[in-house]
Amino acid sequence: MNRYLARKIVLYLLTFWVAVTIDWAIPRLMPGDPIQGLISRLQTDPTGAEELHGYFTRSFGLDQPLWKQYLNFWAGLVHGDLGPSIAYIGSSVSELIWAAVPYTLALLVPAIVLSYIAGNRVGALAARRKWLDSSALPVSYLLTATPYMWLALVLVYVLSFRLGLFPVSGAYDFSLQPAWTWEFARSFLSHWFLPFLTLFLVSFGGWAIGMRNLIIYELEADYASYLQALGAPSRLIRKYAYGNAVLPQMTGLALALGVIVGGALVTEIVFGYPGVGSLTIAAIQNRDYFLLQGIFFFIIVGVLLANFLVDIAYVFVDPRTRTGIQGS
Amino acid sequence: MSLAVDNLRVYYRTLHGDVHALDGVTFAIADGEIMGVAGESGCGKTTLGKSLIRLDGRMRYVEGDVSLDGDRLPVWDDAAMNRFRFAKISIVPQYSMSALNPIRKIGRMTFELLESRGVPGDEVRPELLRRLQLVGLTPDVLGMYPIELSGGMKQRVVLVISTLLDPSLLIADEVTSALDVASQRAVSEMLVEFRDRGFVRSAMVITHDLAVLYQVADTILVMYAGKLAEKAPAETIVHEPRHPYTQMLLASLPEVGVRYETTRLEGIRGRPPSLLEPPSGCRFRDRCPLASAVCEQEPPFVQIAPRHHVACWKAG
Amino acid sequence: MTTLEQSTELAAADAAEHVLPPRRRRNETLYFAFRNRKLVVGLSVVLFFLVLAVVGPWLTSASPFEFGYPLGESPSTAHWLGTTAPGQDVFSQFVHGLRASFLVGAVSACVASVIAMAVGFTAGYRGGAVDEALTMVTNVVLVIPTIAVLIIVAAYLHVGSLLWEAVLIGATSWPWAARSIRAQTFSLAAREFVSLARLSGRRGRQIVIHEIAPNMSSYLFLVFILLFGGSILIAATLDFLGLGPSQVMSLGLMLNIAVSASALQLGMWWWFIPPGLAITAIVGGLYVTNVGLDEVFNPRLRDR
Repeated sequence: MNRYLARKIVLYLLTFWVAVTIDWAIPRLMPGDPIQGLISRLQTDPTGAEELHGYFTRSFGLDQPLWKQYLNFWAGLVHGDLGPSIAYIGSSVSELIWAAVPYTLALLVPAIVLSYIAGNRVGALAARRKWLDSSALPVSYLLTATPYMWLALVLVYVLSFRLGLFPVSGAYDFSLQPAWTWEFARSFLSHWFLPFLTLFLVSFGGWAIGMRNLIIYELEADYASYLQALGAPSRLIRKYAYGNAVLPQMTGLALALGVIVGGALVTEIVFGYPGVGSLTIAAIQNRDYFLLQGIFFFIIVGVLLANFLVDIAYVFVDPRTRTGIQGS
Repeated sequence: MSLAVDNLRVYYRTLHGDVHALDGVTFAIADGEIMGVAGESGCGKTTLGKSLIRLDGRMRYVEGDVSLDGDRLPVWDDAAMNRFRFAKISIVPQYSMSALNPIRKIGRMTFELLESRGVPGDEVRPELLRRLQLVGLTPDVLGMYPIELSGGMKQRVVLVISTLLDPSLLIADEVTSALDVASQRAVSEMLVEFRDRGFVRSAMVITHDLAVLYQVADTILVMYAGKLAEKAPAETIVHEPRHPYTQMLLASLPEVGVRYETTRLEGIRGRPPSLLEPPSGCRFRDRCPLASAVCEQEPPFVQIAPRHHVACWKAG
Repeated sequence: MTTLEQSTELAAADAAEHVLPPRRRRNETLYFAFRNRKLVVGLSVVLFFLVLAVVGPWLTSASPFEFGYPLGESPSTAHWLGTTAPGQDVFSQFVHGLRASFLVGAVSACVASVIAMAVGFTAGYRGGAVDEALTMVTNVVLVIPTIAVLIIVAAYLHVGSLLWEAVLIGATSWPWAARSIRAQTFSLAAREFVSLARLSGRRGRQIVIHEIAPNMSSYLFLVFILLFGGSILIAATLDFLGLGPSQVMSLGLMLNIAVSASALQLGMWWWFIPPGLAITAIVGGLYVTNVGLDEVFNPRLRDR
């Protein structure tokens, strides 16, 4: 087990280093002068602008040699300092991100967990029942092929704009303040539901298809044939097949995280949901590079952490990792 | 009479038609007998073994009667066969190395299997442990995962599990094929011992390796192209074979001590006929040095001596 | 989507030994191809949109960015898909967007396939330290969420053309394919015909190109199709975020503009429904085609 997890940790640390380096390097490859862009947004007079230019260049360390900038970048990260925001002047990037993350997590976590569970169950069932296979499977293919933002658009258009069943945007009613009250909770949930549903539906499709195929594959495995030859009831065989099929699905979970995070970003934009997604579009539209870098950093850390958690869970589920022999 | 098979025909469904894998075989296995089934690849021996316990998706039962200890075995009915499986007829499959669920401890899987077949684990546990010891495995094995065992160990575990309920007939399908010579001997000896101790009443050992059968089997059944060629006690088959195919098969075996310069290795020229549209008459006709006009008629599988059956016009 | 990839990989890993002579095998493949409903339906949908993408721009005189048409009109004989809020022809945007999608999908899939094959074949054939190193690289790229990298890169290095967008997407979406190809190469490299080739003096690269790759050709094709579909989705997301080429009309860009122009509030369904619908149909068609082809290539899957 230790070997398995140790390898994973090394991988994640390496990935983290690569990602942070990309995060640092890409902006420096950008043509043009970022400080100039910043200055022009502030709209000061020319002499003031020149002074500000010098000031910012020094304070962002852009006059230092590259390697020093790199080290300073790391130093900043360690201190949790991601720089100031340009789009939201006065706030630091970390502040903005910390404020947005809970909303995104509120969408992501239930969506991932529920779509995974539901998708696996339906997929496993579809592998056994022809009628479900003929209906659920094409639907699943369509769902997994649907772009998140478009499904979001369709849902909000039909259910909010036309049928008025759900609110159109935001995380809660404008008139309310976050509080532990029923009123707020209800408002929050009604605003939360459609974006959640979008994420859930698209991801569900992918899991259902995957599980169905895996179950079919497992039901043809040698251990299944052996049990059948010894007259074991299909109940037992299915149980074993399911247990084996879950393993590649878990590995797939780690990979699917990247996709669903992207989905969450665009879904939030459609619903005006104040999570990391809305922050991202604001950063892009306002050329707020510090904010973008910070968001990127956060996403990386989040995904790596989630991956690691899944790996730990995997150790408990696949005994082969515990016996000191490498699983696949 | 332990097993009686009468004119069993099982075909494989393919796009191009039915492959006549097993084309009318009739034989019997007595109580306490170990019968070996030999023949080259594609002769139908594995189909025979499989069809007695479970037809897989591609197989189609055409006709024939099978009875075990006087009971008719409904081999065409998957559900009805269930009450015979494991308890009365069991199998050590060709894929024993991968027959165990990789994510279950062996003990847990075994007991779950037993419980699902209505056999309380506690009743069988002492016997299970005893048999494991017999084949050279410690009780620790029950607490291990399949990946922790070597190929030979897994083979032995499967042998113990498959025979745990003392079946009347055990089908051993190519159980020595994937093993080294020492392990082959060990497993062969185990098979015989299991029969001697009454763990299994009779056995059908399927293999292409005649040498193994000579050590293990009481009788040997030689198959060719879906039909029976010869059946006789092991001694007789090896020393006094009457069917040309059996004779050539034995002649093609390399002997210890014989060198290529003095005696060349004789193979059997040609290949078995396609079973998609099998030829009429004797199927060995095209490769047989004794073939003549009479062989255009299919020879019946008849008794030419006590306990010796042959399907050949030239052997009578 | 990743689970689709996994199951294709698993099924292909059991690719049956070909028993029939090549010509009979090819005819049998075609026979199954035409009888497979998934393949036929999926391919038809994709081809329909492909034809629309090629022919569409000739069917309309309007150019996608051209203004001057009636504002926000619903579909009519003059404007088959109506007009946008600021007065552009939606149909024109739609068919040009289709073109963009197919182009990006194809180029990106090519780029990703080439990288995946290079990495997968090398790692699978060479093994050892080379394999370890390549696997580490693959895993790193795999774990980093594609969309995050694309956002960062696209935001800073403005993507000016479809080509660059495609290259970018291709350069980040190859890892899962590389892993599968590597696994397949491992098992194929252990077979006798490769040892034979090696004995007769063939060098590594030649062996891979002439012996191993042809035996995996059907699988490589399936991988390509999945990459194609995936790339279209990723491109649409990038375009929707405004990170795609702004001078080229794409389906994602249509959605982006529609949302910011309050098409939802104004009820202009003809503006934002078709683009996403097309993407869903094309990608869905590709996935279904993929499954159908899988069944055609692997007889074991057919009996279901």
